Parts: sequence; structure tokens; C-alpha cells
Amino acid sequence: MGHNLAAFLYLIASVCFIMALKGLSSPESSRAGNMFGMAGMIIAVLTTVASLEISSFPMIIAAVVVGGGAGTFIARKIQMTALPQLVAAFHSLVGLAAVLVAAAAFYAPEDYGIGTVGDIHAGSLIEMGLGIAVGGITFTGSIIAFAKLQALMSGAPLVFPGQHYLNGALGILIILLIVWLIFGQTVVAFWLLVAVSLALGFLLILPIGGADMPVVVSMLNSYSGWAACGIGFTLSNSLLIVTGALVGSSGAILSYIMCKGMNRSIINVIAGGFGTDTSAAGAAKAAVDRPVKSGSAEDAAFLMKNASSVIIVPGYGMAVAQAQHALREMADILKKDGVKISYAIHPVAGRMPGHMNVLLAEANVPYDEVFELEDINREFSSSDVAFVIGANDVTNPAAKTDPKSPIYGMPILDVENAKTVLFVKRSMASGYAGVDNELFFRDNTMMLFGDAKKMCENIVKALA
Amino acid sequence: MDPATLTEKAVDLANQAKALANQAADLAAQAAQFGGPATQHQPFVALFTVFVLACFVGYHVVWRVTPALHSPLMAVTNAISSVIIVGALIAAGTGKFQFSEIMGFIAIALASVNIFGGFLVTHRMLSMFKKKQK
Repeated sequence: MGHNLAAFLYLIASVCFIMALKGLSSPESSRAGNMFGMAGMIIAVLTTVASLEISSFPMIIAAVVVGGGAGTFIARKIQMTALPQLVAAFHSLVGLAAVLVAAAAFYAPEDYGIGTVGDIHAGSLIEMGLGIAVGGITFTGSIIAFAKLQALMSGAPLVFPGQHYLNGALGILIILLIVWLIFGQTVVAFWLLVAVSLALGFLLILPIGGADMPVVVSMLNSYSGWAACGIGFTLSNSLLIVTGALVGSSGAILSYIMCKGMNRSIINVIAGGFGTDTSAAGAAKAAVDRPVKSGSAEDAAFLMKNASSVIIVPGYGMAVAQAQHALREMADILKKDGVKISYAIHPVAGRMPGHMNVLLAEANVPYDEVFELEDINREFSSSDVAFVIGANDVTNPAAKTDPKSPIYGMPILDVENAKTVLFVKRSMASGYAGVDNELFFRDNTMMLFGDAKKMCENIVKALA
Repeated sequence: MDPATLTEKAVDLANQAKALANQAADLAAQAAQFGGPATQHQPFVALFTVFVLACFVGYHVVWRVTPALHSPLMAVTNAISSVIIVGALIAAGTGKFQFSEIMGFIAIALASVNIFGGFLVTHRMLSMFKKKQK
């Protein structure tokens, strides 16, 4: 295949990828967008394969079948509540693949036309070094994120003294190793760079707590894109550069949206250790004695049946309890009784961006009943019941009133404005931020203690 | 001038032309040798231009994605970032069997997990987003 034709086909593939992202601007066009994405990938792979030695085809096909089979199996079996850890695991694979491709290019630069062993172009080496660093960090960072999301390790932030200095030192070491790689071109520099990047990936994500995972997952998404970009520069391949830039900016924007949803800077999230303040824990303990009004499923059913509008606020607790189907059943009965139902989604609800929307969609909740924070926040004052299920911090009015609170300034859902607030919660424990929620003690609040799924099922029984 | 010297001169001329042609061919071959990798290896600025423009395209396209579809966005970007398989294919496709080929094969397998898994899970998610039935 001619060089020009190949470049042209790569261009078509790039456009397909852009169309794939563009399709996601609305649910109607999104499925076509995904098709564009697949088409782009097929074009990219076939174009590349056309210039390869025929004798290598059996091995290539074997690798694709093994990998593709595993991917298909996982994607079919995975439960929607486990999406965040799946995405984290997938990110780690992109990171590792980037490191391996860099290794291949370092050991056989002739195949890529970037020089000969020991005499690789300096430009290619800079980009290769960056690709390795970002790829390595993505690989191990995603593994930690996966372990935390899958509850293989504690979601609590892991902090030790001197952590940030150590990370900073490793960061500088990476830069020095890249310089060594460029001037020395030695195997030792290459593998040391790989090792230090892997170590930094581990250490970077360890101190970040469970509920900050939406930011981490978005950030790693971004990194996996930049890693692809770095490899694209090394190989002078514009398709890899375009795709990497698309993915990189997508992840960066998602991280920004998530940080804004918590009113925290990305630096603050990466620095980690959030929600471990001992002072906040002390305050939570002191509050145990305060009286709260708790009710039963029957009480909740009665209240909602006589309401004219109910706003449901789902949170991570709903995902953990797999309560989305029972919740939708409850909403269906209420709708039949003429109650207006809508859902309010906070930007950082759940463990990845848009997590709640997918779970509700899985339970067959029509997407035009589901609203984002800024679209529904005003409606709480005119609604009779706010049904908060598995959410806590995102409803806490302290974010508006208490400048000392760690969540001060975070945009919240104004459930306090509803006539009655129902909280489905397992216990009085405070949320991720470790702060008490003043709402629990209000007169118009009723606590429904129990497992979210059981509670919804009991309410359904009481409604019937 | 007699015909004998004329033929002699013609043969001389032909020989000279031949030598010139050979020289030209040599030069062309040399030029190809130097020019070959240079045309294949695009200048950094050209690639950087592509990169910067792609960042802008990404920025504008992603801001238009509806927040409800942020999870599918992540899954699909994850799938397309596996286009890194292109680099792995080049390494694995030389027909030799060396260290870099083995790296290539492993990278192909890893990227394939992502490509198939990523697009499929995106498809699963998107097929759940339905409108209200009337």
C-alpha cells in the first residue's frame, strides 16, 4: 500500500473517532457514534496490517483472538454497578500496551524508521520517554484504582509522612532518566525509567480515597490518551496523535467537571487524604445522641402516595445495594397513582462520571425523567417529597452555610427545600467527607434505616 | 569526413551518454536513500500542529457530550485509545521472531481486550438509554 493511501485511510479513521465522540451529544445519535468508532478502528487495523509481512499473520490473528475473546467475555458478563472498576482495569491495559510498544520501538527502531539500535533520533526518544512515563503511571495507577473500587483493598486514603516529597523526587528522577535515555540510549536507562514510572503510578493513587475515584478514573482516562499520543509522536503516526489528543482532552474535561462538582482543585484531590480529619470524626461521634425521626416503609409509602411530586436523589449507596430495579418498580406504582416522579443526579454521585445515569437506564428509567443538578435544583421547593437513596454529602446544607466544613462551597442538591425529606440509609454514619449532615435532625426529615433495596421492596409492598 | 570516423564518433557519444545515464541513476539512488526516511519521518512541527488542532477538536466535541452519557464517553474513549494497537502491529509484523516482536504480540492481545471490551460495553450501555414510552 502506498504511503499516501495509508495516510489517507488513517485520516478517515481519525474522523470516525471524532464522529464517535460527537455522537454522544445526545442518546439518539450515540449508537451511531459507537458504530463510527468501531469502523474507525477496523480501518486503522486493516490499513496497518496491509503493510506487514504475511508470515506474521497467524501470530497476530492469534493475539487478537485471545485478547478480543477475553474482552468480549468480560464486557458481556460485567454488571453495570461494576462499571467503574471495569473502566479502571481497561485503562491499565492501555498503559501497559503503551509501555510494551515503546519497548518494541526501542529494541527494533529500524522497523519504525526512527533510526538504528543505539542511534535513535533524539526527538523520537524524548517522546518515547514521555510515552513510557505516562503509560507506566497509567498502568499501576489504574491497578490501584481497580483494587480500591473492587474493594480488594481499603478505599480509605493511605497516607504516610513524606509521601509528597517522595512522589516529587520520583517525578524529578523520571525527567533525569529521560535525559539519560536520550544521551546514553542504554538498556539500563530504559528499564529504570519503566520501573520508576510504575512505582510512581502506585504511590500517586494510594492516598486518594474511594469517593474521589470519579476524578481518578477520569484522570487515568486522560493519561491513557496522552500515552497513546507520546507513542504517536515517536512513530510519526498522526492517527495515534489525533486519537490520543481526543482521549486526553476528554479525560481532562471530565476530571475538571468532577472537581468542580466537589468544589476542589485537582491538586487537592491528587494530594489525597481527604475525609481523614480527626476533628470531623470527633464531631460525628458527638452527634450520635441527638434525636432523629425514623420511620418505616409504610410511613414512607403513605407520604409518597399522597404527594403530587416526588424527586428521587440516588447515590453510591443505591449502586452498592443494587437497588435501582426495586426503586424503578416503586416509582412505577407511584406514577400510576398520578405522582410526578423525577430523578436528580449530582455530578459526583457514584464512582465514575455518569454512573447513576447508566444504572437508572439499566433499570429502564426513561432518560427524560433524569435531570442534572442545575436543571432540577429549583424544583425541590415545589416538590412534596425528596427521596434520598444512598446519597449523603451531596445534600448536606453545610456546604452552603458552614465555611469551616470540608465540603464548603460544593454545589449541593437542595433537598432541604422539599416539604418532606426521606433518607434511606443503613445507619447514622457520616458520609465520605466525614461530616455530619444537619438535615438528619430536621423536623421535616424522616430517616428510613435499612438496606436500600429491601427498603424499596418494602415500600412497594406497602403501596400495593 | 569519412564514414569510419563518423561511426567512431557516434560510438563515443553513445558511450558518454551511457556513462552520464549511469551517473544520474546512481545519484537518484543516493537521493532516494537519503530522501526516503526523511519523507517518511515527518518534521516534528507538522506532527505538533496535528496534535494541537486535535486537542481543540477534542475540547469542543467533549464539552457537547451530555452529562448523562459521561460513562459511555469514558468507555468509548478507552476503546479508541487502544488504537495504539497500530504500533504493536508494526512491531509484530516484521516476520522475525525477536524481543520486540514478542512485545508487539503481547501489546496486540492487551489492546484487543480493550477494543472488543470497550466498544461492546459502550454498546450495552447505550442500548439501555431509552425514551419514555407513551
